[in-house]
Amino acid sequence: MFSNFDYDVIWRSLPYLFQQGMVFTLTLTAIATVFGLILGTLIAMMRLSSSAVLSGFAVSYVNLMRSLPLVLVIFLFYFLMPYVGQWIIRADQPVQVGAYASTIVTFTLFEAAYFSEIMRAGIQSVPRGQVMAGYAIGLNYREVMRHVVLPQAFRNMLPVIFTQTIVLFQDTSLVYVLSITDFLGAASKVAQRDGRLTEMYLFAALVYFVICFTASFFVKRLQKRISIIR
Amino acid sequence: MPMITIEKVSKWYNPQFQVLKNCTTTVEKGEVVVVCGPSGSGKSTLIKTVNALEPVQEGTIMVDGLNVTTMKKDLPKLRSRVGMVFQHFELFPHLKIVENLCLGQTIVLGRSEDAAQAKAMKMLERVGLTAHAQKYPGQLSGGQQQRVAIARALVMDPICMLFDEPTSALDPEMINEVLDVMVELAKEGMTMMVVTHEMGFAKKVANRVIFMDAGEIVEDAQKDDFFGHPRSDRAQHFLSKILSH
Amino acid sequence: MNYNWNWGIFWDQTPDATGTYFGSLMSGLQVTILLALCAWFIAFVMGSLIGIMRTLPARWAVFVGNAYIEMFRNIPLLVQLFIWFFVIPELLPGDLGIWIKQLRNGPFIAAMLGLGFYMSSRVAAQITAGINALPKGQRMAGTAIGLTTWQTYRYILLPLAYRIIFPPLTSEFLNTIKNTAPALTIGVLELTARARSMQEFSFQVFEAFSAAAAIYLVLSAVVTIVMRMIEKRLAIPGFSGGK
Ligand SMILES: Nc1ncnc2c1ncn2[C@@H]1O[C@H](COP(=O)(O)OP(=O)(O)O)[C@@H](O)[C@H]1O
Ligand SMILES: [Mg+2]
Repeated sequence: MFSNFDYDVIWRSLPYLFQQGMVFTLTLTAIATVFGLILGTLIAMMRLSSSAVLSGFAVSYVNLMRSLPLVLVIFLFYFLMPYVGQWIIRADQPVQVGAYASTIVTFTLFEAAYFSEIMRAGIQSVPRGQVMAGYAIGLNYREVMRHVVLPQAFRNMLPVIFTQTIVLFQDTSLVYVLSITDFLGAASKVAQRDGRLTEMYLFAALVYFVICFTASFFVKRLQKRISIIR
Repeated sequence: MPMITIEKVSKWYNPQFQVLKNCTTTVEKGEVVVVCGPSGSGKSTLIKTVNALEPVQEGTIMVDGLNVTTMKKDLPKLRSRVGMVFQHFELFPHLKIVENLCLGQTIVLGRSEDAAQAKAMKMLERVGLTAHAQKYPGQLSGGQQQRVAIARALVMDPICMLFDEPTSALDPEMINEVLDVMVELAKEGMTMMVVTHEMGFAKKVANRVIFMDAGEIVEDAQKDDFFGHPRSDRAQHFLSKILSH
Repeated sequence: MNYNWNWGIFWDQTPDATGTYFGSLMSGLQVTILLALCAWFIAFVMGSLIGIMRTLPARWAVFVGNAYIEMFRNIPLLVQLFIWFFVIPELLPGDLGIWIKQLRNGPFIAAMLGLGFYMSSRVAAQITAGINALPKGQRMAGTAIGLTTWQTYRYILLPLAYRIIFPPLTSEFLNTIKNTAPALTIGVLELTARARSMQEFSFQVFEAFSAAAAIYLVLSAVVTIVMRMIEKRLAIPGFSGGK
């Protein structure tokens, strides 16, 4: 069944697949992770704050993002952003943002919702007794957070953050819907051009598998190490 | 023929860790044998090997003349006839009390629903919990749950009963209600193997006491001999600690 | 913003004159729900089998279960959809492949299989976690009253495990609904695809996508409420689950 398998098409397109496609996939993953984490932390803090307005906003934002399919959000932001840009800089015409910039913003905003939930769960996983004990030895709120809660919370959530990043890495393939040349987009373009769908898609699957499997293997090891310390 | 024969039984959890070391003992019909010893000495493991809940690598265990160490197909049938009571009750939380008592009767023994119900209510009456038949385990106190667990074993008409620290997870005020049920069982002539640190119970109803330490049966003596003059230092030491409070 | 709002657009005819844009979105919603349900059926059945396998004493069963999960979890959904749709028919023996390629609802079937197996790996992980979260003594207690391994699962472990994992299973079902959207890439005309084509033909970007977004929100709210009700009905007095 693999007798007329054309390995050459894979070999020929390797530079294109990796230097263009994979580079964009990894860039998008990295940027969305970093900014998503920062924004996610802010949202988590808003959510846990005592202000009803802030926490209400955070809850709505997170629930909204988590109820929508990423594909829909990608489309929505892609078509929406020119108008938002126009409104922000008070231009006469909708601002051309472009698919690449748009996806970066989309993924950051979208993943921030997921990261903020991880943060919140991590902070809440630290038993109340720990906070009490912190106050009991005379620490104030900031010190309790800084020295007692966050170090423990971070340890609990680190593996989950990495796991979410792997999910994010897989999700970036959805930028396909904007015809962007990420790794899958590149594979797909070669596949269509040369009529070699079988080879290209199986190869893409293999590459994603190897990367994600390896990464999650290390996450599991990390998880074991952390749970022993605890 | 003894009810339970444990002969030269050894068990390893992994090549480095031997949890049972060449253990040998018997439990006669109608006999009550108490097993005691420090925590981690292998008491639970030993008692669980009797109905093959834990496999062993060496030695043989016979129950009512049947070799449980080599048995495979008939194990469920045999287990249904050996009652077991666990430290943490292990009632099935999704089943009502009466359903807990009927499950084994209908599925394993093939009794009719009605017969099982009747038997269940009879045993609940015996442990004084008829009023709770329609509740769920989570709605009962620890002592009540453990009495239900005993009833769950009794409805199967067991030929002998195994208890693994049945009172050690209980609040002090609930211990006696469980021990009372056990004492009554013993007096009726039930064959019992009981892991417990309740030395009052041992003195009252045990025929023999087995003392374990580090996977070995260090002492296996008639009750009076054991409490009167234990031969080993380890048993003496253990007794002095446990009886001092 | 000089954007021309037109919320009346939903009652305009679509260019192919088969009905209104509203009708088009609704038929998209139907496809989304149908696809989610079919995929969930596969995910639940396969996930349960694999999840249970991973808790059996047999080493090979655990290995097979783990391999299954790793395979479906570490390849992006979109790639899996492409493989079911473009690749598998090619790899099948001649006539069968051609027959499949000509099926009228080929995209739907491919999406159903792709999404179903993709989600099954997540369901399996939940099932395993649920069974392993039960106190070890439960399995022993079942065995001790004479139940066989199968009976212990059937009467003790599974009823408890499914209850414990009911909330995470609910969110996996919600994920299944959301994950129907990528199926538009292989030509399934589900809700997002309908919104996309409405945007394309009417140029009413906001109206099209915010209507779709609102429908997704309502859908997930309804599912959540229904699941909560079922969860309450299944709750056991005095049992909060897990160790
Ligand atoms: N499944 C297991 N794997 C490895 N070691 C175990 C396991 N179960 C028990 N052990 C170890 O075996 C020893 C005896 O356990 P146990 O029979 O429960 O002792 P006891 O009931 O006397 O307290 C303990 O050191 C315990 O840590
Ligand atoms: Mg023990």
